[in-house]
Amino acid sequence: MSGEPVTGRVGRGYRAALAGIALLLLAVGASGCGAAAQEGEDNLLMASYSTPREAYDGILASYARTEAGSGVTFDRSFGASGEVSRAVEAGLPADVVGFSLEPDMTRLVEGGAVAEDWNEDEYRGMVTDSVVVIAVREGNPKDVEDWDDLTEPGVDVITPSPSTSGGAKWNFMAAYGAQRARGHSEEAALGYIGDLLENISVQDKSAREAMQTFIIGRGDAMLAYENEVIQAQQLGYDLEYIVPEETILIENPYAVVETSENPREAEDFLEYLLSPEAQRIFGEKGYRPVVPEVRDEFGYREPPGLFTIEDYGGWETVDEEFFGSEGSVTGVVEERGTGG
Amino acid sequence: MSARGSGQASRIPGAGRGAFGRNALGRGVVLMYLSLLVLIPLSAVVWTSTEGGVAAFWQAISSPEALAALRLTFGAALVVVLINAVAGTLIAWVLVRDSFWGQGFVNSVIDLPFALPTIVAGLTLLVLYGPGSPVGIDVAYSPVAVVVALLFVSLPFVVRAVQPVLMELDRESEEAAASLGAGPLTIFLRVILPSLMPAILGGSGLTFARSIGEFGAVVLITGNIAFETQVASVYIFGQIEGGDIPAAAAVSVVLLAFSLLALIGLNFLQDRWTRHED
Amino acid sequence: MKTRLTLRTLALGYLGFLIILPVASIFWFTFSDGLGTFWSSVTEPDAVSAFYLTLIAAGVAVAANTVFGVLCAIVLVRHRFPGKRILGALTDLPLAVSPVIIGLALILVYGSGGWFGGWLAERGILIIFSIPGIILATIFASLPFVVREVAPVLREVGIEQEQASSTLGASPWQTFWLITLPSIRHGLTYGVVLTTARALGEFGAVAVVSGRIIGRTETLTLHVEDRFLAFDLTGAYAASVVLALLALGTLFAMNFFNREEKA
Repeated sequence: MSGEPVTGRVGRGYRAALAGIALLLLAVGASGCGAAAQEGEDNLLMASYSTPREAYDGILASYARTEAGSGVTFDRSFGASGEVSRAVEAGLPADVVGFSLEPDMTRLVEGGAVAEDWNEDEYRGMVTDSVVVIAVREGNPKDVEDWDDLTEPGVDVITPSPSTSGGAKWNFMAAYGAQRARGHSEEAALGYIGDLLENISVQDKSAREAMQTFIIGRGDAMLAYENEVIQAQQLGYDLEYIVPEETILIENPYAVVETSENPREAEDFLEYLLSPEAQRIFGEKGYRPVVPEVRDEFGYREPPGLFTIEDYGGWETVDEEFFGSEGSVTGVVEERGTGG
Repeated sequence: MSARGSGQASRIPGAGRGAFGRNALGRGVVLMYLSLLVLIPLSAVVWTSTEGGVAAFWQAISSPEALAALRLTFGAALVVVLINAVAGTLIAWVLVRDSFWGQGFVNSVIDLPFALPTIVAGLTLLVLYGPGSPVGIDVAYSPVAVVVALLFVSLPFVVRAVQPVLMELDRESEEAAASLGAGPLTIFLRVILPSLMPAILGGSGLTFARSIGEFGAVVLITGNIAFETQVASVYIFGQIEGGDIPAAAAVSVVLLAFSLLALIGLNFLQDRWTRHED
Repeated sequence: MKTRLTLRTLALGYLGFLIILPVASIFWFTFSDGLGTFWSSVTEPDAVSAFYLTLIAAGVAVAANTVFGVLCAIVLVRHRFPGKRILGALTDLPLAVSPVIIGLALILVYGSGGWFGGWLAERGILIIFSIPGIILATIFASLPFVVREVAPVLREVGIEQEQASSTLGASPWQTFWLITLPSIRHGLTYGVVLTTARALGEFGAVAVVSGRIIGRTETLTLHVEDRFLAFDLTGAYAASVVLALLALGTLFAMNFFNREEKA
């Protein structure tokens, strides 16, 4: 620290700098107010789980060319499904919300942010479908062909964490359901989950982060949305994937938020998501469109042992019985997760 | 750097009434600013953590996942403190007592971790020491990664605390010890190290406080594996996202308590050490 | 001599592997695709708006904390009142608080369900998930630096000159501009540089309160993570390099003022 006291007049430059800072402060305050006031009537905030992000780039562009869509601008916020749902619950001013699974919507229905009848349309509030698949590296070096291969010693498996990620819950239910579909008991199926956990080396917060981890080189196999893997392939990453004979049908819900200041524009957009154009863009990005005519264009093979979450009582039951604090999967995670 | 000025004696020559002596307004503004920004928000964390009663608080911090995260956090922080104390002293030594080409550059590099955003630090470490590492070292998604990331961000603390002390250190006692036949190691341990201790402790306190709270540098490289690489700050983040705010608050309170204890404790140790030396 | 060489090698090796190599590698990865890719990544609209938001948040935080820091240092050094040590500790507190906890604390108070958040929301003021929240988080994280740098200088220069000035009839304001400010100039500048560094780079606290509306509430550090998660490594590296360059600028300023201070 300097020893001698510095005296004398303040340099002109120094004083100017301080005045500048004060001005900046004022200017920013003013511009902040300005920006808030300027927010046009037709701006929609779409908050969604992270996987359909690239599909939206295309859909928003094509929506802007439609009559309803011209003049509507969009802000986007992406994150893990549960995270987005909590954020909207906590006041994120979204107009349209999209989740990877229904409970995240149910939470908003209970909080009054989403209308009770959100799922009473032709497609039960769902906009896209997909299935849980097993992604492997090019050439499938570990020879992973089916669920059973994932619990072989030395196979490093990646999946996001079920505590934040909707994708992870789909993954674990797919694994569990596949065991049950093969006639194994509940205990055996949970035992399988435990064996699987011992091979899981990374549990990211969201499906997207898990995919990122896999892409940069970690793990031999990954449980993922089919669309996410297709998209990674489209981006040029060398991945292959297996659709197991028994797997779960993923359904992704969408809805308009009740507190939206532009409910009409938001409804229009939601309607557009079910239009052939938008469904086709979803399809091109690897989703299975919910509109049958568009789905047929893509020729996805339906696995013979495809089951749905309804087969296990629906999400409300599943969430409590499997993923709640007393849930069976939670129990296995606590018991076996510490071992590995 | 922030290590500067810590551990100074508390008798201050400038205290007393200057031109601003009677200005209660200033005091009010300062209090208001601190209250709105720091005191009230942190009180809210403590308040929220105890909302469900002591039992709920206890349950939140003793859930297996939270315990594992806390254990890893403190374990890693202690390892980092130890490595940093040794490496930081060594680097300060080389910067002060050695001279070589490029020393000025090396000296500036020390502050880089402080200036570099933590998320960038995390990304750079992941690129270099993650899967696909160009140098063939892959520590990502393991507890080692946590330690490496923390070593990166806390590097300046010990170096910048020890450096000025070393510069001002009287070399006569070293020379005297040498003339009495003491070897370099003895001189270091008996003569130099004791004078450096307060600085090392001060730097270590900051290292510890920083390490147990770090988020940006560890979030990408650890992979968030519960029970294995999930540190407390990432756990808290997950709980906030997962909507379990009371659990997030409870673990936050534990972290807050420990970082405060670290800072207070080390201040105390420093004081005692300084007095002892005098 | 041999020990000296060993120590030097050890120290430089440690620094090389921990700091220099990683930072160099990010530059290498960014520019290995050519300058064009870098440029198109950083001029992408989302990146540009993130850059501006970072500048705004850091600008406001630095301005607020500069004014506050000087005032607080004066109060701490020149005033005597009960609870002064507590006040001092309180200003240091943000150094010991994890960024994530900063975010959580702000949500609990200013979020829609928080202590003040509901009241503010009724008046149409949204703090969390919008720019004010980001600014608050940045201010909190970078709060202590000016105080910590200015207070010791203020202590050292003493009060004689200030007293002389007011005896000669100068108003407190004049005394501040003509006497106090010039004497704390160096400490203040250094404190401002440190505040800037922290404010530009804040991530954890901002991540909790931002809501991540792309192009709206994403700072440059959040943009780095966002690009990383969008499989756009080039974009993540490019934004990182911009931040690293800002950091290097800050570092340069730090060294510059440090040297000036010593001279």
